[in-house]
Amino acid sequence: MKTCFTPALMASAIALSTAATAATTVTIGTVNNGDMIRMQELSNEFEQSHPDIKLDWVVLEENVLRQRLTTDIATNGGQFDVMTIGLYETGLWGERGWLTELDNLPASYDVDDIFPSVRDGLSVHGKLYALPFYGESSMTYYRKDLFEKAGLSMPEQPTWEQMREFAKTLHKPDQEQYGICLRGKAGWGENMALVTTLANAFGARWFDESWHPEFTGPEWTKAVEFYTDLLGNYGPPGASSNGFNENLALFNSGKCAMWVDATVAGSFVTDESQSKVSNDVGFALAPKEVTEKGAGWLWSWALAIPATSDSKDAAREFVTWATSKEYAGLVEQKFGITAIPPGTRLSTYRNDAYMNAAAFAKTTLESLKRANPNDPTLKPVPYSGIQLVSIPEFQSIATQVGKLISGALSGNMPVAQALKSAQSVSEREMKRAHYIK
Amino acid sequence: MLSLKQTRHLRTVLIGSLAWLVALAIFFPIFWMLLTSFKTEIDAFTSPPQLFFAPTLENYIHIDERSDYFHYAWNSVVVSFGSTFIGMLLAVPAAYSMAFFETKRTKNTLLWMLSTKMLPPVGVLVPIYLLFKDFGLLDTKLGLVIIYTLINLPIMVWMVYTYFKEIPKDILEAARLDGATPGQEIYRVLLPIAKGGLASTILLSLILSWNEAFWSLNLTASGAAPLTALVASYSSPEGLFWAKLSAVSTLACAPILIFGWLSQKQLVRGLSFGAVK
Repeated sequence: MKTCFTPALMASAIALSTAATAATTVTIGTVNNGDMIRMQELSNEFEQSHPDIKLDWVVLEENVLRQRLTTDIATNGGQFDVMTIGLYETGLWGERGWLTELDNLPASYDVDDIFPSVRDGLSVHGKLYALPFYGESSMTYYRKDLFEKAGLSMPEQPTWEQMREFAKTLHKPDQEQYGICLRGKAGWGENMALVTTLANAFGARWFDESWHPEFTGPEWTKAVEFYTDLLGNYGPPGASSNGFNENLALFNSGKCAMWVDATVAGSFVTDESQSKVSNDVGFALAPKEVTEKGAGWLWSWALAIPATSDSKDAAREFVTWATSKEYAGLVEQKFGITAIPPGTRLSTYRNDAYMNAAAFAKTTLESLKRANPNDPTLKPVPYSGIQLVSIPEFQSIATQVGKLISGALSGNMPVAQALKSAQSVSEREMKRAHYIK
Repeated sequence: MLSLKQTRHLRTVLIGSLAWLVALAIFFPIFWMLLTSFKTEIDAFTSPPQLFFAPTLENYIHIDERSDYFHYAWNSVVVSFGSTFIGMLLAVPAAYSMAFFETKRTKNTLLWMLSTKMLPPVGVLVPIYLLFKDFGLLDTKLGLVIIYTLINLPIMVWMVYTYFKEIPKDILEAARLDGATPGQEIYRVLLPIAKGGLASTILLSLILSWNEAFWSLNLTASGAAPLTALVASYSSPEGLFWAKLSAVSTLACAPILIFGWLSQKQLVRGLSFGAVK
């Protein structure tokens, strides 16, 4: 009896001690953006302050990550404890109960410090389903030196028509200096983000109050004709294959006089290590035309906990840490003040040191304040979202429309034909989804 | 008027030059990837592209600091060699029976096997994902070994079958007359004769498994992710990444390129010797 008892006791002790020391693993799916890489590099700090939690990272390309997370969440795969998702997915997945509600956040987290527009975008029926890691709107970047030389002056918020005049003056293709760089690469998150905000400024909307698409209406026609004319005549060659990264490279190498894109690019274009024009960049709000509404987009990369996670408490610890003021302080300490994730916390923009160090911060703040996803267009709409429409069918429709508009930009088809096809594609999808008959 | 000798010489030079041109065209993307991996991100994006620049190792240092390369490489080695080994264990007997004991259904079976390759993988993603989830195979090397074996099996059976078909039945009959069992027939007679073909099949299966990206990205997270997942993690929606992506791609290609280069001699020797060559 004695001989049996001793090994059993030892085994129990070992099992108990193993259980006591075993750390909970939190698997995080994320994208390879600079801010996320910094978060990964700072994960040691989190693990040191939370010895009972171990972090595992799965970094994937944006579209692959989206497909991977959708498959996992739709099949209850439970492979991820924290997911990096956008404003678009948060609303849809939160509505379906796929995400864990993030209520009862500690007072020290100061949830009211988050930009109201971003907080609303990440909430469903007033309940928060993801915490913002960084947020962005869109704005105008321009070369102050070229403007000065040409005797031009950029207003606080130019009109698209003014942008065309500036582009015309500054377009010198023989010197590899192009008037304007804009997204042309097909994709709902690429050209359609820019084109939708441009169309909003021209008074267009994706759907009328009863969900009928409006691509063949005068507003869309005028907007897309303007876009193809502007970029076709005063843009870089091969503009239809340029996305964010390609335009960033062109701007940083001094080949674009103006560029309208994400506010997050502010820290890239002013970074001496990657931009040849870091000292000559000026900032203005995204252009308006007949309206200011929806002229600048709103997007946020946020951290959410899927309902299938079996380590929800540990995941919650991480998510609140990575989006906290304490984390912003840690980033400032390790990487410099301009590296603080932008567009999430009002306190960042109340910090004089940040406002003085980040030349782009004032325009970023103003752009984010003006972005209202619940009132995105001149005419009323049945949806929320500025550069996107918060319905599951949007991704598929916008991908197809994006290809058609990119085709029109590259001269493969006339604008009228592209918009006619866009109309029939979106009508077909909306009928299939029973929005319209 | 050229003499016969001169014509032959000219033809050799022309064919040689053409072969060099084709080889260079095939090699160029790999060369450019290697070159870009030593550039800074700004140099990598510069237009027109630069052939001469100040090389830097910063991309490789960055990868070394950020990712555990050997973890991913080990996963690639295990799943590629594991699936190839199991695949060959199944493909050789299957091809043996089909090549030497042909029935009226053999051709249809072979075609049916190949037809499974025509299905777009994304079409069966959800059922496979659910099966993997239920059997606890998500993010495991065993799961990837199973899926890679199943993916490559039709091609492996086809290739081995084609090599076996070239071997005269008389050789096997002679072995049978000497009292060889079917196992001995395969192991002692068939495999040594067909070793060149089998080596090509093994190499092809290894390359296909090494480079496979769809299933490895969708069925793994952090534990069993192979090099293809590491490469995918260096593409960025917001920020410059070409140079780092080139560096990580070079590191991902290097092992299989070196392996192919080392086994080249054996492969060529195996292909050019044997009972029927």
